[in-house]
Amino acid sequence: MQKVVKETNYGAAFRENLAREENAWLKYLRENAFEFFTENGFPTVKNEEWKYTNVAPIEREIFEITNGRAVDAEKISELFSKTESENRVVFVNNKLNQELTNLSNLPEGAKILNLNKAIQDEIFSQIVRKNLGKSVNAEANGFTALNTAFIEEGVFIFVPKNTKIETPIHLIFITDENTASFPRVLLVAERGSEAMLIESYLRTAETKYLTDSVIEIVLEDDAKLKHLRVQRESHNAFHVGTTAANLNRASVYDSTNITLGARLSRHDVLVKFNAEGAECFVDGLYMIAEEQHADTHSVIDHALPNCLSHQTYKGIVDGKARAVFNGKVFVRENASGTDAQQSNKNLLLSNDARVDTKPQLEIFNDDVKCAHGATVGQLEEEELFYLLSRGLNEQLARNLLTYGFAEEIINKIEIESIKKQLDEAVLNRLNANLEI
Amino acid sequence: MLLEIKDLHAVIDGKEILKGLNLQVDKGEVHAIMGPNGSGKSTLAKVLAGHPSYEVTKGEVVYEGTNLLELDPDERARNGVFLAFQYPVEVPGVSNAQFLRLAYNEKMKHLGEEELDPLEFNDLLKERAKIVEMDKSFFNRSVNEGFSGGEKKRNEILQMAVLQPKLAVLDETDSGLDIDALRIVAEGVNKLRNADKAIILVTHYQRLLNYVEPDFVHVLANGKIVKEGGKELALELEEKGYDWVKAASK
Repeated sequence: MQKVVKETNYGAAFRENLAREENAWLKYLRENAFEFFTENGFPTVKNEEWKYTNVAPIEREIFEITNGRAVDAEKISELFSKTESENRVVFVNNKLNQELTNLSNLPEGAKILNLNKAIQDEIFSQIVRKNLGKSVNAEANGFTALNTAFIEEGVFIFVPKNTKIETPIHLIFITDENTASFPRVLLVAERGSEAMLIESYLRTAETKYLTDSVIEIVLEDDAKLKHLRVQRESHNAFHVGTTAANLNRASVYDSTNITLGARLSRHDVLVKFNAEGAECFVDGLYMIAEEQHADTHSVIDHALPNCLSHQTYKGIVDGKARAVFNGKVFVRENASGTDAQQSNKNLLLSNDARVDTKPQLEIFNDDVKCAHGATVGQLEEEELFYLLSRGLNEQLARNLLTYGFAEEIINKIEIESIKKQLDEAVLNRLNANLEI
Repeated sequence: MLLEIKDLHAVIDGKEILKGLNLQVDKGEVHAIMGPNGSGKSTLAKVLAGHPSYEVTKGEVVYEGTNLLELDPDERARNGVFLAFQYPVEVPGVSNAQFLRLAYNEKMKHLGEEELDPLEFNDLLKERAKIVEMDKSFFNRSVNEGFSGGEKKRNEILQMAVLQPKLAVLDETDSGLDIDALRIVAEGVNKLRNADKAIILVTHYQRLLNYVEPDFVHVLANGKIVKEGGKELALELEEKGYDWVKAASK
């Protein structure tokens, strides 16, 4: 019997793209991933994990994979601070932009390479093969599959043992109109190393496009990573991203995830403890309005003893926007001494705003310290009256209270320029002009 | 006359609390409103500040010749009305200094005067904080969050010192204070007292009046002023108790 070969919107682009792949190992990974995508497509709302987020609008679009389309470098460089020193990597439409990229602040031994170069590299080939696609299974869903299928350049970040990278590594991803981009990052931090990763998704215009990203992080023993993710896509864009961190003995992963942009966005965070004594802090803020939809799904898996996970997510939802939070924490049978805390607090600023929150703690061990909770509320009338009674106009008072709600997360951000942008984004939601 | 209240009736949740209250307050005067629990003291304070839960059903409040009741709470504040809350509200995530600077600048904007930047305002704040012996460590803490009862009340008087209202209504500012805090708060109020300002002290007890001497004492019972006099009336009340005036209000 002849096999019927399905064809998707991405088939032609994939074959053209794959023809350029020189590495057999990567080619095999990519082909398998695309096969999975062709068979399964994007997830549907029948899938429990995608119950509240209907990605049919993404499926209906035909996006181009426009590697290397000419870009206005000046316009793009306006999007980020040039005053702060950072190791900057800029991708535009799947392609590394050399002009805007600056790696002069990397210490000796530390490396940032394209994945397709790293896999050909004598030293790094083994590390890439050992880790790429291991924390995030290409077959997790249609998006991870499609991302894997379109790994072309990608980013490989290597932090050598006992090395501290003082200047943050800032990855900036920009996607043009009608384009699909597939940011892919593998970060491996060796024993005792320390670094900070910033991942920014920025827009040049309010256009429609798709960003489908996968970030894999491996922290070896005693490694520390701070990870700030800022999603400020166009309000007409689609954004689906997965972040996965694998934590080894006594490593610390501290992440802050900010969601402001996209018409429809979904972020999956997966943290796995591979050894004892590791810690993770997974915090976030989503602030959406109008017709935006933002979904956060997290899975923190305590498979081994004496690990700590603290998670604080706050949401501000206005207009007709809808937020989804689903946080699973598993504490397995032999994970005694686990400390797992999870909280999701939401502020609804309009009657049409909606939040579906589901914190989920599954504990199979008695010797643990665990707590979780979720709240959905509005601005406190008494707080509002208090500010009004001091002469603040209503708009300013509401903005200030909203800022106060988000402050706990915003204050975690150590990068001044990003914190300032965020301060402004929260405070100027209603175009109130003030300086804090 | 700075403030003229005529036949004021106010309800909350359908229940009438103020039942025809009359009061006149002029610049430079300190008035004490005393009365038993439930007599309507705090309602009067909240109605003057414009709390949305209270509805005025009858009567009028004229402030500087205009109808105060037509103004929104923030407009009242910018026009010089200040309420020191009985239970100051905690505002998480907003620092005292941010909050006070915004409030101060809103008022300056309203008056057509120059607004202050954070550095300039910090100097002003340090100066005013001395009035209530408040340490600058309070400036960067969230408004009232984690403050003790006494600290919250001092913070109210600090706000008053920054905003320099023409009419300050202090709602039970003495409640929950130990003797030292009471002294600091009272001295702060005395320092802010001058010929341009009027102060209404709403209080259950006479003890605050030992420190802040009122020009007039009004006794409120069952939603109306039932007795008026000078500061000696407060002492008489202390001695005879509220049953004495309650009987008179029936």
